[in-house]
Amino acid sequence: MADVRVEKVTRSFGAHKALDEVSIVFPDGGFYALLGPSGSGKTTLLRMIAGFDYPDSGSIVIDGDSVERVPVDKRRIGMVFQNYALFPNMSVADNVAFGLSVRGEAKATIAVEVQRALDLVQLGKLGERRPHQLSGGQRQRVALARAIVTRPRVLLLDEPLSALDKALRVDMQVELKRIQREIGITTIFVTHDQEEALTMSDRIGILRDGRLVQEGSPEEIYDSPASEFAATFLGDANILPGTAEGNGLRLADGTLVAARSTVLPAQGRAASCAVRPERIAILPAAVAMLDGKENSLAGCVAKRIFAGSVSTYFVDCAGQTVKVLVQNAGQPRLGEGDDVVLRWSPESTVLFAS
Amino acid sequence: MTSTTRLLEGLGRIYVGLLLAFLYLPIVIMALMSFNASPFYQLPFEWTTKWYSDLASNAQLLAATWNSIEIAIIATVLSTLLGTAASIALFRYDFRGKRFLQALLLPPIAIPWLITGTAMLIFFFGVGIGRGLHAILLGHVALALPYVIVVVSARLQTFAPELEEAARSLGASQWQVTMRITLPWIMPGVIAGALFAFAVSFDQFVVSYFLSTPGQATLPVEIYAAIRKGFMPEINAVSTIIIVVSMGLMLVTARFFKFGGEK
Ligand SMILES: Nc1ncnc2c1ncn2[C@@H]1O[C@H](COP(=O)(O)OP(=O)(O)OP(=O)(O)O)[C@@H](O)[C@H]1O
Ligand SMILES: [Mg+2]
Repeated sequence: MADVRVEKVTRSFGAHKALDEVSIVFPDGGFYALLGPSGSGKTTLLRMIAGFDYPDSGSIVIDGDSVERVPVDKRRIGMVFQNYALFPNMSVADNVAFGLSVRGEAKATIAVEVQRALDLVQLGKLGERRPHQLSGGQRQRVALARAIVTRPRVLLLDEPLSALDKALRVDMQVELKRIQREIGITTIFVTHDQEEALTMSDRIGILRDGRLVQEGSPEEIYDSPASEFAATFLGDANILPGTAEGNGLRLADGTLVAARSTVLPAQGRAASCAVRPERIAILPAAVAMLDGKENSLAGCVAKRIFAGSVSTYFVDCAGQTVKVLVQNAGQPRLGEGDDVVLRWSPESTVLFAS
Repeated sequence: MTSTTRLLEGLGRIYVGLLLAFLYLPIVIMALMSFNASPFYQLPFEWTTKWYSDLASNAQLLAATWNSIEIAIIATVLSTLLGTAASIALFRYDFRGKRFLQALLLPPIAIPWLITGTAMLIFFFGVGIGRGLHAILLGHVALALPYVIVVVSARLQTFAPELEEAARSLGASQWQVTMRITLPWIMPGVIAGALFAFAVSFDQFVVSYFLSTPGQATLPVEIYAAIRKGFMPEINAVSTIIIVVSMGLMLVTARFFKFGGEK
């Protein structure tokens, strides 16, 4: 096992910088998700770490060794591809055995290791099958077994679950996480599914246009996004624009919104704040009582979407639509057109310069 | 409805029958005549193996036959090796002028052999290669190469490059990837390319004719020369042997490699 350090890695394709001085430390044994919109450079970074491509500048260090000039077959990494990339003319067992056999391991050792890897992914009995005789989830397991049987220093996964349907994907998330814990391998996981990143990883790095815009634990990034982009990309957020004033934000309609005390934008400058929809309470205007410490906005329900355990309200207030997520816990439901007051704590309000 | 289908089916059968007759009847007649006593195709048919024993003592025809077989085998091996390697390189690497290079492969297939042959003769003469079996071999390799590259490249189009990457990530060197992943996948294409190369060389008359010298000729050239002097029934005999052997080869290959069919 090993940690991976990427330091100031830059890679351009023509005039376009796919990676721009990206520095990340992937901790030993951790599960790190690289998250970002399409074209943000996730695959490019993963391929640099794997050794399929080389950085223009910067360094890549695996377990203390500089590897940026080491070819892929000497890096001792394991990789799982989006479309599995199983060898079609080999059985499942031969696919898994491939990495050991090119290293010249003894036949008996290979057989034992292959069986152990197949058991780990719960495919112990399917060794004789051909890849085309397997389901999507089973193929993914074979690809995983094949990647870990050689005991690589790092496991790299490029959107490994995106070809699976929703239910299977959730199963595989659990399974992948279990296997990762069991063998304790440093794992770098590329996805553009935010939910997947939140539920599976210990750390998340958000890439945008080839730059790392924020990193941290899922809770840190979700609770304290560093930019409007991070707030809306990871999870849902209401963005309220205004001007910075005191410890908060003055909205266009004159309301003062108090925010968590963090790094404050310059007074009087354009700024905005983000509030998560589930952090806002929605109350009928008639019963709402004023509470000086909380932020509140008056509005009118424009739309309600019922989804079983939760309802989503879209409320028109202060010249914009605010989204509110409410647990359906037996409280009286509000209808469209009702006057309401929205209330949330300054602690749930994150301020950014804009 | 059914009656038209039946009619179409009948017509189809007749068509296939005619096709096979046109293709194979001349060959069958030639094979039969190689066992007929009359040297002038005269009937009634009278069984003999005289022409085969004559052939066995016709040193010139036998030598040309061996020349043809040797040249065809060497040209096939060389052009298949070179062509497969070139196809894999074209598939793997991107470089300046790659499209142009690929486009350059096609004209030699379309240019009449008469012109290619003349050009080769002049060129070989100019650079001191001259004429003879070595020149014929060189010419055949050059003629066969584009066929191999085109056929193998077509097969490579069905190959997923991620498979090579996956193999590399598992610790395989370039060479191991080629031998264990890429080659097995493109093998049907390589075999088909080799068959093409063999056919181009073994059937080659025009280019061989230009590059041969008396005593250093391939079978088609020798047959042509012999016919010009007067028909010899041994030619039926040697042709029959060649047809039986090459059809046997084709059938064996087709049986071992089900083209396209198998996954
Ligand atoms: N081989 C290449 N040649 C030219 N441009 C490339 C190449 N590979 C990637 N790019 C460009 O680099 C940028 C980053 O691409 P990359 O594949 O890393 O994105 P990504 O974050 O993985 O996106 P996605 O979520 O769609 O997979 C894109 O703008 C892409 O067009
Ligand atoms: Mg990608």
